[in-house]
Amino acid sequence: MSAAVIVFPGSNCDRDIAVALEAALGTAPLMVWHGDSALPGVDLIAVPGGFSYGDYLRSGAMAANSPIMREVVSHAGRGVPVLGICNGFQVLTECGLLPGVLMRNASLKFVCRDVDLRVERGNTAFTGGYKVGDVIRIPVAHHDGNYFTDPDTLKSIEDNDQVAFRYCEPDGTVSDAANPNGSLANIAGVLNGNGNVLGMMPHPERLIDPLLGGTGGTPMFTALAEAVAA
Amino acid sequence: MKARVHITLKNGVLDPQGKAIHHSLEGLGFDGVDDVRQGKFIEIELSGNDPDAARASVSEMCEKLLANTVIENYAVEIDD
Repeated sequence: MSAAVIVFPGSNCDRDIAVALEAALGTAPLMVWHGDSALPGVDLIAVPGGFSYGDYLRSGAMAANSPIMREVVSHAGRGVPVLGICNGFQVLTECGLLPGVLMRNASLKFVCRDVDLRVERGNTAFTGGYKVGDVIRIPVAHHDGNYFTDPDTLKSIEDNDQVAFRYCEPDGTVSDAANPNGSLANIAGVLNGNGNVLGMMPHPERLIDPLLGGTGGTPMFTALAEAVAA
Repeated sequence: MKARVHITLKNGVLDPQGKAIHHSLEGLGFDGVDDVRQGKFIEIELSGNDPDAARASVSEMCEKLLANTVIENYAVEIDD
Protein backbone atom coordinates (compact mmCIF):
# COMPACT_ATOMS: atom_id res chain seq x y z
CA MET A 1 0.00 0.00 0.00
CA SER A 2 1.45 3.33 -0.96
CA ALA A 3 0.29 6.90 -1.35
CA ALA A 4 1.61 9.71 -3.51
CA VAL A 5 1.58 13.47 -2.97
CA ILE A 6 1.87 15.48 -6.18
CA VAL A 7 4.19 18.47 -5.78
CA PHE A 8 3.98 21.48 -8.07
CA PRO A 9 6.13 24.61 -8.06
CA GLY A 10 4.26 26.71 -5.50
CA SER A 11 2.65 23.85 -3.54
CA ASN A 12 2.92 24.68 0.16
CA CYS A 13 0.72 22.12 1.96
CA ASP A 14 2.55 19.10 0.53
CA ARG A 15 4.54 18.47 3.74
CA ASP A 16 1.41 18.80 5.90
CA ILE A 17 -0.55 16.24 3.89
CA ALA A 18 2.50 13.95 3.86
CA VAL A 19 2.60 14.03 7.68
CA ALA A 20 -1.14 13.35 7.88
CA LEU A 21 -0.90 10.42 5.44
CA GLU A 22 2.14 8.93 7.14
CA ALA A 23 0.40 9.08 10.52
CA ALA A 24 -2.59 7.19 9.11
CA LEU A 25 -0.86 4.75 6.74
CA GLY A 26 2.25 4.01 8.76
CA THR A 27 4.47 4.66 5.75
CA ALA A 28 5.62 7.93 4.19
CA PRO A 29 3.97 8.80 0.87
CA LEU A 30 5.96 9.22 -2.32
CA MET A 31 6.52 12.88 -3.12
CA VAL A 32 6.03 13.07 -6.90
CA TRP A 33 7.25 16.12 -8.84
CA HIS A 34 4.83 17.62 -11.37
CA GLY A 35 7.23 17.03 -14.25
CA ASP A 36 7.37 13.28 -13.64
CA SER A 37 5.24 11.12 -15.87
CA ALA A 38 5.01 7.87 -13.90
CA LEU A 39 3.04 6.95 -10.81
CA PRO A 40 3.91 3.30 -10.21
CA GLY A 41 1.72 1.17 -7.99
CA VAL A 42 0.01 3.91 -6.05
CA ASP A 43 -3.21 3.21 -4.09
CA LEU A 44 -3.99 6.78 -3.05
CA ILE A 45 -3.14 10.19 -4.52
CA ALA A 46 -3.21 13.57 -2.78
CA VAL A 47 -3.08 16.88 -4.64
CA PRO A 48 -2.02 19.42 -2.02
CA GLY A 49 -2.84 23.03 -1.29
CA GLY A 50 -0.70 25.98 -2.22
CA PHE A 51 -0.30 28.34 -5.13
CA SER A 52 0.83 26.12 -7.99
CA TYR A 53 2.46 28.20 -10.73
CA GLY A 54 1.69 31.33 -8.74
CA ASP A 55 -2.02 30.97 -9.60
CA TYR A 56 -1.11 32.41 -13.03
CA LEU A 57 -3.95 32.54 -15.58
CA ARG A 58 -6.43 30.81 -13.19
CA SER A 59 -5.84 28.94 -9.94
CA GLY A 60 -4.86 25.38 -10.84
CA ALA A 61 -4.98 25.90 -14.62
CA MET A 62 -1.26 25.37 -15.28
CA ALA A 63 -0.92 22.49 -12.82
CA ALA A 64 -3.88 20.72 -14.44
CA ASN A 65 -1.81 20.47 -17.62
CA SER A 66 1.35 19.14 -15.93
CA PRO A 67 2.71 15.82 -17.28
CA ILE A 68 1.93 13.99 -14.03
CA MET A 69 -1.75 14.94 -14.15
CA ARG A 70 -2.32 12.59 -17.09
CA GLU A 71 -1.30 9.77 -14.75
CA VAL A 72 -3.52 11.13 -11.96
CA VAL A 73 -6.52 11.22 -14.33
CA SER A 74 -5.75 7.71 -15.52
CA HIS A 75 -5.49 6.38 -11.92
CA ALA A 76 -8.73 8.14 -10.98
CA GLY A 77 -10.41 6.40 -13.91
CA ARG A 78 -9.32 3.05 -12.46
CA GLY A 79 -10.93 3.90 -9.12
CA VAL A 80 -7.83 4.98 -7.15
CA PRO A 81 -8.91 7.51 -4.49
CA VAL A 82 -7.73 11.05 -5.33
CA LEU A 83 -7.99 13.78 -2.70
CA GLY A 84 -7.51 17.44 -3.69
CA ILE A 85 -7.39 20.04 -0.95
CA CYS A 86 -7.64 23.79 -1.59
CA ASN A 87 -5.36 24.40 -4.59
CA GLY A 88 -5.61 20.65 -5.18
CA PHE A 89 -9.41 21.06 -5.50
CA GLN A 90 -8.82 23.85 -8.03
CA VAL A 91 -6.44 21.59 -9.99
CA LEU A 92 -8.96 18.72 -10.03
CA THR A 93 -11.74 20.95 -11.41
CA GLU A 94 -9.38 22.45 -14.01
CA CYS A 95 -8.32 19.02 -15.26
CA GLY A 96 -11.93 17.86 -15.50
CA LEU A 97 -11.91 15.20 -12.77
CA LEU A 98 -14.47 17.22 -10.80
CA PRO A 99 -17.37 19.38 -11.99
CA GLY A 100 -17.48 23.14 -11.55
CA VAL A 101 -14.86 25.79 -10.92
CA LEU A 102 -13.46 27.75 -7.97
CA MET A 103 -13.79 31.49 -8.54
CA ARG A 104 -12.49 34.51 -6.60
CA ASN A 105 -14.15 34.75 -3.16
CA ALA A 106 -17.30 36.86 -3.31
CA SER A 107 -15.79 39.20 -0.68
CA LEU A 108 -12.64 39.54 -2.83
CA LYS A 109 -10.72 38.93 0.40
CA PHE A 110 -8.39 36.08 1.31
CA VAL A 111 -10.28 34.09 3.96
CA CYS A 112 -8.24 32.37 6.68
CA ARG A 113 -10.24 31.04 9.62
CA ASP A 114 -11.98 28.00 11.05
CA VAL A 115 -15.31 27.09 9.44
CA ASP A 116 -17.99 24.55 10.30
CA LEU A 117 -18.80 21.88 7.75
CA ARG A 118 -21.79 19.59 7.59
CA VAL A 119 -20.98 16.12 6.34
CA GLU A 120 -23.34 15.32 3.45
CA ARG A 121 -21.90 11.93 2.38
CA GLY A 122 -20.56 9.32 4.78
CA ASN A 123 -20.11 6.24 2.61
CA THR A 124 -16.94 7.15 0.69
CA ALA A 125 -13.27 6.30 1.10
CA PHE A 126 -12.76 9.85 2.40
CA THR A 127 -15.76 10.36 4.65
CA GLY A 128 -16.34 6.86 6.06
CA GLY A 129 -15.10 8.11 9.44
CA TYR A 130 -17.91 10.65 9.67
CA LYS A 131 -21.68 10.29 9.76
CA VAL A 132 -24.06 12.25 7.55
CA GLY A 133 -25.10 15.33 9.50
CA ASP A 134 -21.89 15.48 11.59
CA VAL A 135 -20.53 19.01 11.97
CA ILE A 136 -16.75 19.29 11.84
CA ARG A 137 -14.70 22.44 12.38
CA ILE A 138 -11.77 22.76 9.97
CA PRO A 139 -9.70 25.76 8.79
CA VAL A 140 -9.96 27.35 5.36
CA ALA A 141 -7.26 29.55 3.83
CA HIS A 142 -7.94 30.68 0.29
CA HIS A 143 -8.65 33.53 -2.11
CA ASP A 144 -10.36 31.47 -4.81
CA GLY A 145 -12.81 29.14 -3.08
CA ASN A 146 -16.10 30.36 -4.50
CA TYR A 147 -17.56 27.16 -5.98
CA PHE A 148 -19.60 27.76 -9.12
CA THR A 149 -21.22 25.69 -11.79
CA ASP A 150 -24.09 26.04 -14.24
CA PRO A 151 -27.58 25.13 -13.00
CA ASP A 152 -27.76 21.83 -14.93
CA THR A 153 -24.46 20.63 -13.47
CA LEU A 154 -25.52 21.72 -9.98
CA LYS A 155 -28.71 19.72 -10.34
CA SER A 156 -26.82 16.62 -11.44
CA ILE A 157 -24.34 17.01 -8.54
CA GLU A 158 -27.23 17.26 -6.06
CA ASP A 159 -29.24 14.46 -7.69
CA ASN A 160 -26.21 12.13 -7.65
CA ASP A 161 -25.37 12.96 -4.04
CA GLN A 162 -21.91 14.29 -4.98
CA VAL A 163 -21.75 17.06 -2.35
CA ALA A 164 -19.44 15.83 0.42
CA PHE A 165 -19.42 18.91 2.69
CA ARG A 166 -21.33 22.18 3.03
CA TYR A 167 -20.40 25.29 5.00
CA CYS A 168 -22.79 25.55 7.93
CA GLU A 169 -23.49 27.10 11.32
CA PRO A 170 -22.12 25.27 14.40
CA ASP A 171 -25.54 23.59 14.77
CA GLY A 172 -25.47 22.30 11.19
CA THR A 173 -27.79 24.91 9.65
CA VAL A 174 -26.70 25.79 6.12
CA SER A 175 -26.97 29.58 5.78
CA ASP A 176 -25.55 32.48 3.78
CA ALA A 177 -23.93 33.79 6.97
CA ALA A 178 -21.95 30.55 7.31
CA ASN A 179 -20.70 30.72 3.72
CA PRO A 180 -17.15 32.14 3.80
CA ASN A 181 -16.65 32.63 0.06
CA GLY A 182 -19.94 32.77 -1.84
CA SER A 183 -19.94 29.12 -2.91
CA LEU A 184 -23.04 27.92 -4.71
CA ALA A 185 -25.30 25.94 -2.34
CA ASN A 186 -22.60 26.37 0.36
CA ILE A 187 -20.59 23.61 -1.31
CA ALA A 188 -17.23 23.10 0.45
CA GLY A 189 -16.35 19.71 -1.00
CA VAL A 190 -17.55 17.78 -4.04
CA LEU A 191 -17.09 14.21 -5.30
CA ASN A 192 -16.91 12.83 -8.82
CA GLY A 193 -19.71 10.56 -10.04
CA ASN A 194 -17.94 7.40 -8.87
CA GLY A 195 -17.15 8.84 -5.44
CA ASN A 196 -13.40 8.12 -5.67
CA VAL A 197 -12.28 11.72 -6.30
CA LEU A 198 -12.89 14.39 -3.64
CA GLY A 199 -12.05 18.08 -3.83
CA MET A 200 -12.50 20.34 -0.82
CA MET A 201 -11.41 23.85 0.09
CA PRO A 202 -11.01 23.32 3.88
CA HIS A 203 -7.76 21.78 5.18
CA PRO A 204 -8.29 18.54 7.17
CA GLU A 205 -4.51 17.93 7.07
CA ARG A 206 -4.05 20.97 9.32
CA LEU A 207 -6.14 19.40 12.05
CA ILE A 208 -4.53 16.08 12.94
CA ASP A 209 -2.73 17.00 16.16
CA PRO A 210 -4.04 18.50 19.41
CA LEU A 211 -1.02 20.81 19.38
CA LEU A 212 -2.38 22.39 16.20
CA GLY A 213 -5.84 22.98 17.62
CA GLY A 214 -7.60 19.66 17.22
CA THR A 215 -7.93 16.33 15.48
CA GLY A 216 -11.13 16.86 13.48
CA GLY A 217 -9.29 16.00 10.27
CA THR A 218 -7.90 12.68 11.50
CA PRO A 219 -11.03 10.58 10.70
CA MET A 220 -10.60 11.39 7.01
CA PHE A 221 -7.08 9.99 6.89
CA THR A 222 -7.95 7.00 9.06
CA ALA A 223 -10.87 6.20 6.74
CA LEU A 224 -8.62 6.54 3.68
CA ALA A 225 -6.05 4.19 5.23
CA GLU A 226 -8.78 1.62 5.94
CA ALA A 227 -10.25 2.01 2.45
CA VAL A 228 -6.98 1.41 0.63
CA ALA A 229 -6.04 -1.47 2.97
CA ALA A 230 -9.36 -3.22 2.33
CA MET B 1 1.05 36.77 -37.28
CA LYS B 2 -0.44 37.96 -34.06
CA ALA B 3 -3.48 36.48 -32.32
CA ARG B 4 -5.49 38.55 -29.89
CA VAL B 5 -7.65 36.61 -27.45
CA HIS B 6 -10.40 38.19 -25.37
CA ILE B 7 -11.62 36.08 -22.46
CA THR B 8 -14.82 37.23 -20.79
CA LEU B 9 -17.10 35.85 -18.10
CA LYS B 10 -20.28 34.26 -19.39
CA ASN B 11 -23.57 36.03 -18.79
CA GLY B 12 -25.01 35.12 -15.44
CA VAL B 13 -21.61 34.44 -13.82
CA LEU B 14 -21.15 36.81 -10.90
CA ASP B 15 -18.12 39.08 -11.23
CA PRO B 16 -17.21 40.50 -7.81
CA GLN B 17 -14.04 42.08 -9.24
CA GLY B 18 -16.07 43.92 -11.86
CA LYS B 19 -18.42 45.09 -9.11
CA ALA B 20 -15.48 46.39 -7.04
CA ILE B 21 -14.12 48.27 -10.06
CA HIS B 22 -17.59 49.72 -10.69
CA HIS B 23 -17.76 50.86 -7.08
CA SER B 24 -14.32 52.50 -7.30
CA LEU B 25 -15.24 54.31 -10.51
CA GLU B 26 -18.30 55.72 -8.80
CA GLY B 27 -16.12 56.74 -5.86
CA LEU B 28 -13.92 58.68 -8.28
CA GLY B 29 -16.96 60.57 -9.50
CA PHE B 30 -17.52 58.80 -12.82
CA ASP B 31 -21.28 58.93 -13.18
CA GLY B 32 -23.26 56.97 -15.72
CA VAL B 33 -21.45 53.63 -15.36
CA ASP B 34 -24.17 50.97 -15.53
CA ASP B 35 -22.04 47.84 -15.16
CA VAL B 36 -18.43 46.63 -15.26
CA ARG B 37 -17.28 43.14 -16.24
CA GLN B 38 -13.60 42.21 -15.98
CA GLY B 39 -11.89 39.79 -18.36
CA LYS B 40 -8.48 38.95 -19.81
CA PHE B 41 -6.67 39.95 -22.99
CA ILE B 42 -3.87 37.74 -24.31
CA GLU B 43 -1.59 38.45 -27.30
CA ILE B 44 0.14 35.51 -28.98
CA GLU B 45 2.85 35.80 -31.63
CA LEU B 46 2.52 32.96 -34.13
CA SER B 47 4.82 31.60 -36.80
CA GLY B 48 3.23 30.55 -40.09
CA ASN B 49 1.03 32.57 -42.41
CA ASP B 50 -2.27 30.73 -42.70
CA PRO B 51 -4.91 32.73 -40.79
CA ASP B 52 -7.45 29.89 -40.80
CA ALA B 53 -4.94 27.43 -39.36
CA ALA B 54 -3.89 30.04 -36.79
CA ARG B 55 -7.48 30.64 -35.74
CA ALA B 56 -8.07 26.90 -35.34
CA SER B 57 -4.88 26.50 -33.34
CA VAL B 58 -5.59 29.43 -31.01
CA SER B 59 -9.17 28.23 -30.48
CA GLU B 60 -7.77 24.89 -29.38
CA MET B 61 -5.40 26.73 -27.00
CA CYS B 62 -8.43 28.48 -25.51
CA GLU B 63 -10.31 25.21 -25.04
CA LYS B 64 -7.35 23.44 -23.45
CA LEU B 65 -5.79 26.17 -21.31
CA LEU B 66 -6.48 29.86 -21.88
CA ALA B 67 -10.18 29.84 -20.96
CA ASN B 68 -12.24 27.78 -18.54
CA THR B 69 -15.35 27.26 -20.60
CA VAL B 70 -17.42 26.46 -17.51
CA ILE B 71 -17.46 30.20 -16.76
CA GLU B 72 -15.68 31.96 -19.63
CA ASN B 73 -16.23 32.76 -23.29
CA TYR B 74 -13.38 33.52 -25.65
CA ALA B 75 -13.02 35.43 -28.91
CA VAL B 76 -10.03 35.10 -31.24
CA GLU B 77 -8.81 37.76 -33.69
CA ILE B 78 -5.95 37.09 -36.10
CA ASP B 79 -3.89 40.02 -37.44
CA ASP B 80 -2.18 39.16 -40.74
